[in-house]
Amino acid sequence: MTDEQRSGNNVPSPRDDTGEVIGVRKGMFGANNGGDTSGYGGLVRTVTMPGASARPYGGPGGVFDEIADELEGALEEQGLVPGNAIVKTVVDRGELTFHIAREHLVQVARTLRDDPALRFELCTGVSGVHFPGDQGRELHAVYHLRSLTHGRLIRLEVTAPDADPHVPSLVAVYPTNDWHERETYDFFGLIFEGHPALTRIMMPDDWQGFPQRKDYPLGGIAVEYKGAQIPAPDQRRSYS
Amino acid sequence: MSAPHETPHATPRATTEGTVYTVTGGDWDEVVQSAAKADDERIVVNMGPQHPSTHGVLRLILEIEGETVTEARCGIGYLHTGIEKNLEFRNWTQGTTFVTRMDYLTSFFNETAYCLGVEKLLGIEDDIPDRATLLRVLLMELNRLSSHLVCIATGGMELGATTIMIYGFRDRELILDAYELITGLRMNHAFIRPGGLAQDLPPGAVDHLRELVKTLRKNLPEYDKLATGNPIFKARMQDVGYLDLAGCMALGATGPILRSAGLPHDLRRSDPYCGYETFEFDVPTADSCDSYGRFLIRLEEMRQSLRIVEQCLDRLEPGPVMVADKKIAWPAQLALGPDGLGNSLDHIKNIMGTSMEALIHHFKLVTEGFRVPPGQAYAAVESPKGELAAHVVSDGGTRPYRVHFRDPSFTNLQAMAAMCEGGQVADVIVAVASIDPVMGGVDR
Repeated sequence: MTDEQRSGNNVPSPRDDTGEVIGVRKGMFGANNGGDTSGYGGLVRTVTMPGASARPYGGPGGVFDEIADELEGALEEQGLVPGNAIVKTVVDRGELTFHIAREHLVQVARTLRDDPALRFELCTGVSGVHFPGDQGRELHAVYHLRSLTHGRLIRLEVTAPDADPHVPSLVAVYPTNDWHERETYDFFGLIFEGHPALTRIMMPDDWQGFPQRKDYPLGGIAVEYKGAQIPAPDQRRSYS
Repeated sequence: MSAPHETPHATPRATTEGTVYTVTGGDWDEVVQSAAKADDERIVVNMGPQHPSTHGVLRLILEIEGETVTEARCGIGYLHTGIEKNLEFRNWTQGTTFVTRMDYLTSFFNETAYCLGVEKLLGIEDDIPDRATLLRVLLMELNRLSSHLVCIATGGMELGATTIMIYGFRDRELILDAYELITGLRMNHAFIRPGGLAQDLPPGAVDHLRELVKTLRKNLPEYDKLATGNPIFKARMQDVGYLDLAGCMALGATGPILRSAGLPHDLRRSDPYCGYETFEFDVPTADSCDSYGRFLIRLEEMRQSLRIVEQCLDRLEPGPVMVADKKIAWPAQLALGPDGLGNSLDHIKNIMGTSMEALIHHFKLVTEGFRVPPGQAYAAVESPKGELAAHVVSDGGTRPYRVHFRDPSFTNLQAMAAMCEGGQVADVIVAVASIDPVMGGVDR
């Protein structure tokens, strides 16, 4: 499938930027230590995540536009310029994502929870993602908010650079995020500013490093099977 | 960290290596004195991580005064196996073998949530064959029964009601037999795959399932007779593990806990997936906010699940169980040989004897796997414990870039302190049992 066909199939609305570059992929078949005779050795492709969408956002019955309007209106009422808080809005695969500037995260979340027209009462926790190739935005915290009143689901995404891995805590707004933030801290080293007791939750208390970061090796040992050495999973050939 | 400085309990001393502070325990005397002055009834008890009534390796740290729990905390992580990290080093299809082991009592829900996420990323949700979706629903509803049966059985055992335990495991065994017939395994099936299912139902499975539904219909009222009206059972369960709607919303509790607070929130109704909007079933609720209400809800949900299983069986029509796109669908068909289940001999004959292209195709898909366009997706299903969701991120490669599972046990377990503090020690067991945490899912 060419890139043109792919974007034609999957993009629900026009985009005004091409998305975040999260990495560059070179060659093919995982032969990255020389000896690639496939003819694909010189292939270079940039990997981009879906970029910002332009209005209308669509959604079932135009609900994404409705949510965005309500949120932007509510933020304006509080004297906040929506463009400062909401870095970009992405509609991809039928899901609405607001990328929020981290300093405004708590206010945006509180607005989403309390505004009667929004009413996202249930936060289903935070998931961390580490993009070492996304310069200056290496660590992402992704929140999914569900409105039981209106039957809607949205996603908030906040980024922090590796050099300053701080994101404000949402425990005051959504107490359920207590353990979720501890888990994300444990695995990614994202420090949730204002969390009541940000300690490791899965790994032992004295563990060094943050296991889910991409630069943290999986580990493992080679296993002998029928006379052949099968390398550890992270030493095996990868095709990407 | 700030630079060290001198305090009455840390005196400096210069050495060749630099200044060394010797920290002495002067403050320990104060701690010991205040502990001696305190009520000597107040003790801290570590319950678990190896304790038969904590559902696996859950560690409860209880501060008790006499028989009253004044503070309760959970220690988790004893069963952390790094499944989410491991997924990043296997291809998309291999992922199901890992996620099925997370909450090992709700394997089919884990597999479905993961596969729905991958299919959303691939943009093939509408291409999944009807038969595959129906069988997913059927397996999930049977799984709801087997999970609730374990909850009721072990919950009963923890109260000392061994008959309920025997009955629960007896009925679960019948369902595990059905799994074994369909998937070849009693647990950890890896049967639901991105794009559909690993294989079709074996011959005779529909009749077996109809017989199973009949047997379970006959057996379910026994739990009512044994427990529902039983005064001892009620006395142990009622008003224990209380969590009202506001508490549920704040702590993110879903599933039977939320429904026992009176809110009929069920993702099968409020955000349907797999065609649940076309099935007839009720969402039971209670307004007691306690363990007994959750028990009644689980019993009723089992009856409703049987209804859905029957509707699935009525609707089943012959057809494919894997998406038609040959770039995604697993190439091999499984067949039962003399040495067990494996690739079908017809398929091997085709790729080894007649079609070079089919061989290349098979090799590429099995060793390399398919590529998933970059992006992220969130797929949620209503597992027996609540909202189970997979956040799946792809960078366009043949392996998941990141998969995060929002396991309902993990979130619901946070409510333990709210349910237990101020109650009796013996009620902690009941409250934890009513949360129904499975550590495989909590720790992943």
